[in-house]
Amino acid sequence: MQKKVIVFFGRRRNWSIPYALFLFVFVVVPLALIVVYAFTGEDGGFTIGNFRKFIMHAEAVNILIYSIGVAMITTILCLLLGYPAAYLLSRLESRRASLLVMLFILPMWINFLIRTLATVALFGFLRLPLGEGALLFGMVYNFLPFMIYPIYNILQKTDPNLIEAAQDLGATPAQVFFRTILPLSVPGISSGIIMVFMPVISTFAIAELLTINNIKLFGTTLQENIYNGMWNYGAALSLVMLVLIMLTSLLNKDSSAKAAEEGGLI
Amino acid sequence: MIKKILAPSYLGLLLVMLYAPILIIILFSFTEAKVLGNWTGFSLKLYASLFEGGVTHSLSRALWNTLIIGLTAAFLSTVLGTIAAIGIFNLQPRAQKAIKMVNVIPMLNPDIITAISLFLLFVSIGISQGYTTVILAHVTFCTPYVVLSVLPRLYRMNPSLYEAALDLGATPFLALRKVMLPELKPGMISGFILAFTLSIDDFVVTLFTIGNEGLETISTYIYADARKGGLTPELRPLSALIFITVLVLLIIINQRAVKKTNTKTI
Repeated sequence: MQKKVIVFFGRRRNWSIPYALFLFVFVVVPLALIVVYAFTGEDGGFTIGNFRKFIMHAEAVNILIYSIGVAMITTILCLLLGYPAAYLLSRLESRRASLLVMLFILPMWINFLIRTLATVALFGFLRLPLGEGALLFGMVYNFLPFMIYPIYNILQKTDPNLIEAAQDLGATPAQVFFRTILPLSVPGISSGIIMVFMPVISTFAIAELLTINNIKLFGTTLQENIYNGMWNYGAALSLVMLVLIMLTSLLNKDSSAKAAEEGGLI
Repeated sequence: MIKKILAPSYLGLLLVMLYAPILIIILFSFTEAKVLGNWTGFSLKLYASLFEGGVTHSLSRALWNTLIIGLTAAFLSTVLGTIAAIGIFNLQPRAQKAIKMVNVIPMLNPDIITAISLFLLFVSIGISQGYTTVILAHVTFCTPYVVLSVLPRLYRMNPSLYEAALDLGATPFLALRKVMLPELKPGMISGFILAFTLSIDDFVVTLFTIGNEGLETISTYIYADARKGGLTPELRPLSALIFITVLVLLIIINQRAVKKTNTKTI
């Protein structure tokens, strides 16, 4: 028996087997369970009733649409604010840049509840009311670093010779930007969009804290249903979100895997 | 000329926006006032009462739980992820691609989907939720990052070194310990720190897998507290300490990365 174990692990490719099993049990099976629960009724039989319930439930549909809206506005604001910052950072000489870039990325690593509470504190300190404005500020504040970082990464890797070539060939500064720099940074922009849009849509807790429970986002609806024991309906809603997210990442297939890697590893 | 003033002031303005909330929290952690925004003179009382127990006993327990869960999950994911990386490295390209694809799923999935899917797994199997389930869940979303920080070390390693050790009469185990592990160590350490940071930072997955036996981490504590509208003043020094800890950890990771690129250019 012991000999068999030694022979098994003597082949080093077999070392991937424990993790493959782990991934199967803790990643593949749980995702499959969402699908199973979503199509199961109260009686345990197959049904599409959970989805019908969602479509008939005006409040849930409205919350989903509202969440998509908030996510889109946040993404656009983050892009408008973040692109110039990423561009300026990429133009700095490298020694000063690394410290500044780290300052911009650092907030990404602080618990978002603490960041959100800090936003509430800031609004209280400035005597500003909580509500929709606070919600948008909080979202942009939370997710701006996720937009700046991938764009900065791409811009920094851009070959400066290409920009010089454009200038030598007589392009105006505006032309250099719109016809050379901007097109070259598209992969970074799409990574950034994924890294902002997807989390905003699925966040919960941020909205409640910033609007004193006046505004609910879709993530909250998911959480409430699961918490109240409506597992099948909750699973169906999760599946709706999963499909939505898959559609977003299909739009920029290559960049989503990269986004995950770049987002995680500094 | 205008550029020289505009660029730094734009970056400066964004940094103020990103840091104002957290700085206000840090500032008001040094005063006793119950309500944030009232300055009642410098005091370290909140720091003292954070560690004293008593009223905040549940908070310091939550702090310990967070650290225990974070260290255990980081240790387990580092072991699992390193073994997995060695195995994946030795697989044929097609199998390698498949397992890498499943590996990024937990990185790409929104927290709430990971959380709900694992929740459904645990209730389906019927494990009671507590320490074990939280740690398993954290290992699930941390290990992919460890795999991705160890794999590059393997690709960069000179394969002849390991074979030379075998030719010189080392057993596979000895060669692994003396030749391979030292090469992988930097990747493993970065992976461990990353996993630890992700674990203590997590809120959504924890909330869904922690059960209702009263086990709490800092994140769930803050959430429960904020929902009650209470906002324990001791959260201010705690947030400040977390901010500093994360700052230090990130500087360490960054320094390691800088050192790596330096040695490479030499």
